[in-house]
Amino acid sequence: MEMNRRNKLLTGLVAVAAILLAKLFYIQIINDKYKKDASNNSMVYNYIYPPRGVIYDRNGEILVGNEVCYDISVTPRDVQPFDTVALASALDTTVDFVRERMAYYRKYRTRIGWQTLPFIKHITPENYIRFAEEAYRFPGFKAEVRSVRQYPFNAGGNLLGYISEVDADYIKAHPEYRSGDYVGKTGLEAAMEEELRGVKGYHIYLRDSRNRLQSPYQDGAEDKEAEPGHDVVSTIDAHLQQYGQRLMEGKVGSVVAIEPSTGEILAMVSSPGIDVDVLSDIGRHYGEIARNPRKPMFNRTVMASYPPGSVFKLINGLIGLQEGVLVPSNSYPCSHGFPYGGNRRLGCHGHASPLNLLSAIATSCNGYFCYVFRNILDNKKYKNVAEAFDVWREYVLSFGFGRKLGSDFPSELGGNIPTSAFYNKVYGAGRWRFQTIISLSIGQGEIGATPLQIANLAATMANRGYYYIPHIVKDSEGVEIDPKYKERQYTMVDTTHFHTAVEGMYMAVNGGGSAGGTAFAARIPGLDVCGKTGTAQNPHGKDNSVFICFAPKDNPKIAVAAYVENAGFGATWALPVASLMLEQYLNGEISPQRKYLEDRLLTTRFF
Amino acid sequence: MLQVETPGSFDRGLRKTVDWHLVVCYLLLVLIGWINIYASIHSTEPASIFDWSARSGKQFIWILTAFVLDIFILFVINPRLWEVISPYTYVVVFFLLVLVIFVSKDVKGSHSWFELGPVKFQPAEISKITTSLLLAMVMSKPNFRMSNRRHFLYVALIIGLPMLAILGESETGSALVYAGFLFVLYREGFSGWWLVLLGLAIALFILTLVTDWRVSVIALFVLCAGYYIQVLRHSRREARNYRRRMLYRTLLVLAAGVAMVFATNFIFNDVLQDHQRKRIEVLLGLKEDPAGVGYNVRQSMIAIGSGGVFGKGFLQGTQTTYGFVPEQSTDFIFCTVGEEWGFVGCLVVILLYVFMIWRIVTDADKSREAFTRIYGYCLAACLFMHLFINIGMTIGLMPVIGIPLPLLSYGGSSLWAFSVMIFIFIALDRQEKKYF
Repeated sequence: MEMNRRNKLLTGLVAVAAILLAKLFYIQIINDKYKKDASNNSMVYNYIYPPRGVIYDRNGEILVGNEVCYDISVTPRDVQPFDTVALASALDTTVDFVRERMAYYRKYRTRIGWQTLPFIKHITPENYIRFAEEAYRFPGFKAEVRSVRQYPFNAGGNLLGYISEVDADYIKAHPEYRSGDYVGKTGLEAAMEEELRGVKGYHIYLRDSRNRLQSPYQDGAEDKEAEPGHDVVSTIDAHLQQYGQRLMEGKVGSVVAIEPSTGEILAMVSSPGIDVDVLSDIGRHYGEIARNPRKPMFNRTVMASYPPGSVFKLINGLIGLQEGVLVPSNSYPCSHGFPYGGNRRLGCHGHASPLNLLSAIATSCNGYFCYVFRNILDNKKYKNVAEAFDVWREYVLSFGFGRKLGSDFPSELGGNIPTSAFYNKVYGAGRWRFQTIISLSIGQGEIGATPLQIANLAATMANRGYYYIPHIVKDSEGVEIDPKYKERQYTMVDTTHFHTAVEGMYMAVNGGGSAGGTAFAARIPGLDVCGKTGTAQNPHGKDNSVFICFAPKDNPKIAVAAYVENAGFGATWALPVASLMLEQYLNGEISPQRKYLEDRLLTTRFF
Repeated sequence: MLQVETPGSFDRGLRKTVDWHLVVCYLLLVLIGWINIYASIHSTEPASIFDWSARSGKQFIWILTAFVLDIFILFVINPRLWEVISPYTYVVVFFLLVLVIFVSKDVKGSHSWFELGPVKFQPAEISKITTSLLLAMVMSKPNFRMSNRRHFLYVALIIGLPMLAILGESETGSALVYAGFLFVLYREGFSGWWLVLLGLAIALFILTLVTDWRVSVIALFVLCAGYYIQVLRHSRREARNYRRRMLYRTLLVLAAGVAMVFATNFIFNDVLQDHQRKRIEVLLGLKEDPAGVGYNVRQSMIAIGSGGVFGKGFLQGTQTTYGFVPEQSTDFIFCTVGEEWGFVGCLVVILLYVFMIWRIVTDADKSREAFTRIYGYCLAACLFMHLFINIGMTIGLMPVIGIPLPLLSYGGSSLWAFSVMIFIFIALDRQEKKYF
């Protein structure tokens, strides 16, 4: 053949055709990767949802269980004309809803194709039975079993948390979830998501070109059964939790109870909270909850940062002892306060003077702890106030303040303990002294602590110098907690110094009115209660009321911290809440002499 | 301008003058297209193949009307007319090409569709015909010389103007088809070296993207050196002038090539648009993008690859029927062929095209009329470009460029345009056979 231009072009044409055919030959005949991919495309995964794990309290009561419900789905292509009124009544919905959905499917029929779409979610078993009896009249509709959470105990929505369907953003961040899956969003549900969720199963079917399911893929050899989620045993005492919630009704604040010998959280009340009735259907109530000005979603126990108030004097006293700038017998005078510079004075209430450490704790003397704090900061051991301050801060942090404790409860915050750098920035380096930050002596000023941290202080006092990281989940079958929760966390203060402070707390409760004890109302005969009141100034209104306590004095079983916002003097509101919880837990009932405290709490509501 | 024929000669003449090979190829391809359009939509729009509301039914109407056009062109219109009116049709269509940029709605970023009530059409499809006609008219003038600069400029303008307008409509694929006219120019005396250089530029571009500018420069250098050594070996020592000229030419190519290599990144990153860059990256395997740009190609290759030797059978495809393959009845119609009819089906379709193009080229080449020859080459070039780009795209040999597969893809504009274009050629061919 002569290679004129025509023939060159024709040769090019044949060459290009040959290239196309060669590539086709390769992908259609030689390489079978594409056939496998095609079968992946045409396999249908029918997912089986495992029941979510049950959450028990420490005594085996079910806090969160499961209840069967049904989702109705529809394959619009398979739907034949049906009685809309009958379907609406079987599913307990309106005719308009059904018509609207059907119109939607008709409008987007090309895009929907043979897909199956959710029609109605969460119908009750009673409705399901009505639907199932008449299902033959509604081809294209089918029901799938799902489960919803159910709450036999009102043990607090913030504590238990809620689950909700994953949204697109969540799936993007967690590719192991698929649309339609549920995930724990807050509280225990979120903390124990991995244990609770279980493993989804699936049955694989092949579908033909009209999306009709044919045979099980490989006779079900590749199918996977669902694995139910692990049950979780929480450290919560359901009855104590419920009692705490009742006491806190109508008040803003928190109560946290910890078992000092283990760090297990016995109760964790954030008020106002979310009622469990709302939890299983959080979607419907979300707007209303989010609009509430008292922020029920905000879990005060681990997220609120309050000035701890006078309970913080315990820490300053202990640091003073450890640093050697204070011995228990040191006496300081206090005549209604501590003068510092000019005619300024940090005020105090009336009590005997001078007094020693023990009485200073028992009477919660402001002046005394100003001296203590001054001694700590003006310690000649350190170059300047800033250095002494940072040492002090290290001590405070060793008590679990100013940082996250590391509990297993989600969304825990760390409160705030400032550094010397902070004051250098505010006042200038070397331009601030003890007098500048005198409020810190009595737990006021620029410090913030969460109720969980304050409760942890109570547990640390009860243990005389160490604590276990507070946690909310116990070891149980299939669920193992982090070993860090079983390690003692020592503070930087020697345990020997704690006895004096504990003695002061004992005196505060049991010293009798004559000794000026601030917490005598917390005295419960037979239960050597130790406690410390606090009244934290609140820049936004009435003072906050704080009380920490533990009992019995020897071998303590429970430590409680109560924090009531805008309630005034600590002994008035926080004290009865904490001490009633303590009595309820240890004695199982409230003694007749103390019933009046309970009555007063149950009948008083601040909102 | 009816052809006047005696009944007897009409019959014989029809059999001998019309290239029935082409007509049969045309009918087969149209029929294959219609069947596959039906298959590709039948799961999402299960309807009778004649149902007017579904795509297969609409295509049936396009086909019937195209047949009417074909007969009209073949028997009613005097083929000489095309040559006479070619400047006017060219101008009118070019005007439409520009107009559509301003009046059309944005369809996936391109502005190329006129909407007149229920009817939509794309002037870019017709422009292929008018450009071919004008090109044939101009180049068939007896005094036309490809080597004449002014003449060459005319040709470049005739091809370049609609190409630019179509680029302005953001229909890069349709514009790319115009590059096929280079083959026509080549046939008419344009130096083949330009085609080689164009191929070299594309190769350098790809090599630079896939490897590194150093590799490209070295490869270019080796190529140029090798070429010049060949020049030296095949020329006599005395041919100094020739050798010097070739040296300059080689050095010029080398310099241009190096410039091309260094311009690659600029062109790639700053001239090409985002989606074009991504498609090229996916094609060259520089980036994986299974959910985005790579999705179409991957799904299309899965559909075709899963067809195997004989395919899954009519309406039995699982990939093309579920909407895994997007645009499955238009630009990706070949997927349905590949999945349901397998390699055998693909072979038949490609051979039909090759035979058709081959036949057009040989008919054209045999023609004594320069106009018929040049027009035939234009038609063959357009068919070839569409075939190569479209099928190449579905099997991952070309980047995703949205142009239809001639006669197979769903759509009236494209079917009509190719029908008219092919039957103008058949009529021209017939006209000639009648007289010679």
